[in-house]
Amino acid sequence: MILDVRALTRRFPVRGGHGAVHAVDDVTFAIGHGESVGLVGESGCGKSTVVRLVTRLDDPTDGRIFFEGHDVGAIPAKRFARTAARGRIQMVFQDPADSLNPRFTAFDTIADPMRRLGESAMRARLRDRVHEVADLCGLPAELLGRYPHQLSGGQQQRVGIARAIALEPRLLVLDEPTSALDVSVQAVILHLLADLRQRLGMSYLFVSHDLNVVRMLTDRVLVMYLGRIVEQGPADVVFEQPAHPYTRALLSAVPADGGGPRSRICLTGEPRSPIDPSPTVCRFHGRCPEGFERCEREMPVLRAAGAGRDHEAACHLLDAPVGSAVS
Amino acid sequence: MTGFLRHARYVVTENPVTLVAFGLLLFLVVLAFIGPTIAPHDPLATDTARKLEPPTRAHWFGTDQLGRDILSRVVVATRLDLAIALGAVALSFAAGSLLGSCAGYFGGWTDRLVTRVMDTIMAFPLFVLAMGIVAALGNTLANIVYATAVINVPFYARMARAEVNVRRDAGFVHAARLAGNGPARVLAVHVFPNCLPPMMVQVSLNLGWAILNAAALSFIGLGVRPPTPEWGIMVAEGAAFMVSGEWWIALFPGLMLMLAVFCFNLLGDGLRDLIDPRRRT
Amino acid sequence: MCVEFRTRHGVVRALEEVRFIVRRGETVGIVGESGSGKSVTAYALMGILDPAARVTDGRAVFGGLDLLHASRQELEAYRGRELAMIFQSPRTALNPIRTVGRQIEDVLLRHQTVPRAKVRDRVIELLTLVQIPDPERRARAYPFEMSGGMCQRVMIALAIAASPSLLVADEPTTGLDVTTQAAILDLLDELARTTGMATVLISHDLGLIAERCDRIVVMHAGHVVEEAPARAMFAGPRHPYTARLLASTPRVGAKLAELVPIPGGVPDLRAELPPCRYRARCERAVAECDEPPLPRTQVAPGHLVACRRPL
Repeated sequence: MILDVRALTRRFPVRGGHGAVHAVDDVTFAIGHGESVGLVGESGCGKSTVVRLVTRLDDPTDGRIFFEGHDVGAIPAKRFARTAARGRIQMVFQDPADSLNPRFTAFDTIADPMRRLGESAMRARLRDRVHEVADLCGLPAELLGRYPHQLSGGQQQRVGIARAIALEPRLLVLDEPTSALDVSVQAVILHLLADLRQRLGMSYLFVSHDLNVVRMLTDRVLVMYLGRIVEQGPADVVFEQPAHPYTRALLSAVPADGGGPRSRICLTGEPRSPIDPSPTVCRFHGRCPEGFERCEREMPVLRAAGAGRDHEAACHLLDAPVGSAVS
Repeated sequence: MTGFLRHARYVVTENPVTLVAFGLLLFLVVLAFIGPTIAPHDPLATDTARKLEPPTRAHWFGTDQLGRDILSRVVVATRLDLAIALGAVALSFAAGSLLGSCAGYFGGWTDRLVTRVMDTIMAFPLFVLAMGIVAALGNTLANIVYATAVINVPFYARMARAEVNVRRDAGFVHAARLAGNGPARVLAVHVFPNCLPPMMVQVSLNLGWAILNAAALSFIGLGVRPPTPEWGIMVAEGAAFMVSGEWWIALFPGLMLMLAVFCFNLLGDGLRDLIDPRRRT
Repeated sequence: MCVEFRTRHGVVRALEEVRFIVRRGETVGIVGESGSGKSVTAYALMGILDPAARVTDGRAVFGGLDLLHASRQELEAYRGRELAMIFQSPRTALNPIRTVGRQIEDVLLRHQTVPRAKVRDRVIELLTLVQIPDPERRARAYPFEMSGGMCQRVMIALAIAASPSLLVADEPTTGLDVTTQAAILDLLDELARTTGMATVLISHDLGLIAERCDRIVVMHAGHVVEEAPARAMFAGPRHPYTARLLASTPRVGAKLAELVPIPGGVPDLRAELPPCRYRARCERAVAECDEPPLPRTQVAPGHLVACRRPL
């Protein structure tokens, strides 16, 4: 395992009020060497918080993060910037325009992590190394002197990727890396990312709300809803035989181009509040089309979903077949 | 560097107002440097025989009550007035930026402390505060600069705090942390330089204001002491003669004062564009 | 319709010879990459183009009125009542310091479609129609108290308040979650069906357009390159760009290898351009593509292609 996250929890105090927002609640997952894991869920489900915790930009309230066997979660985020592991967990951001310093040229942006964290051998041949990385990301050398605003969206994202892989990280966290790009550019970037993973043997944590894209790039998928993982398993299994009602609703909402009418599962009602949610009520209860009495009494935990190996879902329906909802 | 020069040329030529402002600035700076050498007369030499003469061929701006050449005094005073303004603004910019950006970036008690102190300063009528500082510390050039700096600090601090605050969670700041930059470096290298363009507008407006402030201190007798040529004192001295018809004594230093303030006020946008890499084409 | 923008760096010919029709009760999708002129088209229709823009040619006839050359008074009378628009970011398009109920009332009073006494009832009715739970309470809420999906529902309620006959929706679900997106689009579908309102749906998401529209207009660099019924377009795109766009869109269950990028980028619209603006990116281009004019061929009933060598 390259990354092993156990019972990760992050709560934010509510500003000017009582209680806490449970952004991430008891999340456990692992990523193997060279594995690509997808993290899907809607806005506010806590996936961005997971990203910030795993990339060690934020400190967890509780739980542990093991990276290459070391408990990196215990190191405060402020100090983590100067540890050796810093360069080994890197990230590609959602909005390339926002994630590049407007005052840095492409060259300086890519060179920044090498200057700060690179070994002396790497710093000695900084120029060559920057060109090498840029080339790997399909960025022509003549663009390296440009500022972000002088680059197209696709080129900006290539700079962002080059910066992320400059230190040869083992784990690359991709936070919606193509959602700000046009489809034609998205296709290029996705190919580039798949290619880089193969060439450099990195592990990916791929966060996205675009399920079609996640399926293309990942081996395994985690589905989050209101701070908890509700389903996880091999990508094909989760997408073909979703076990959790939320995953089913999510998949049915994806537009199917010209495929004729499909049955869409409509979610009604408002999501539950993330502020001090009851620990004994399923978070999806109230919106779940199949919720029953037990969901209000007991929080479901992840259990084998039967369909395939290591496919798990957190739903009481897996115990009680639909229709015979008895406690 | 050539890139910067090309950019500077682009900024100046693109907007005629900026061109005028930079032209005026150049004029003032040159005057400050070579003023004493080009002044036609000794600015301190009195000649009671030729006192209160209106503008003539010999004395273009006329002479004052002691027969000193006003043109020479106005020209020589440029260096002092610009120095006071630049010194005060540089001090307040440095102190305000440091305090404000720390408050904006680190938040928490740093923020609360800085904000309270700045609010306290701003609770005073600022000119009265400056008067008090000069009166208490003594009537020296350095103290005029300090006093003007102190009353300007809150503006920079508040602005730097706000500008840093909106950028604190920008993607590139997180990216900088991922690249191994510590908090101080993130703030100094990645966040603060991006706040400079909007702050430059403030700097330039402030320069004009600082000149006015220094002149006002001199006007009420708390600034530079006579007979040192300084626009504020000259206006103050000339004011008494306005009623008796000797208008030139106050008018010419007043005009210079206006010109300098005008120049700095116009400079703002150009200065901002100059240091904003996003304006580069 | 032709629209130019005059900028500091020269004239941008943002739209050139854009033509399409929208029939009563029909949903027409406009799809294209950023910079293709989708939003400019919408803004031109609504008469809210940037002051730097100039409509150089063309007409947009709506109920006998040419929207592009109508006077301000005429346009204002039409906007809101006959023509309505939904914007991309519902949060910024709503007034943050007025409750949503009041904002809807404003529109109703402005167009006097209902008697003053009935206004409040109508507001609740509209909020119910856009499926906002607990409409009485929500009417008193401010936009910041609502989620993005709820704000977009309010925007729709505002847009349909005066029962317009044409609704222009510019990326109405960008930035919303997929489940919310589906619900919002279901709502628009239903409104179109029940009120006979025509809809122009603008999106960069081909999948979404395909699922929701009767006809599709594909735009590229300010040109309409293909216009066809949705099914025909997906069964057999005839313009090389449309085919490429389809191939670069991730589909349900598709593998990465099936995803083919489009080479090159949208051309600089300030430069002198060949008649076909896709020429530089096109793998089927031949010498005759450089000869004006750009053809507009009908390859099947209702299926138009602007290409010399359609697929």
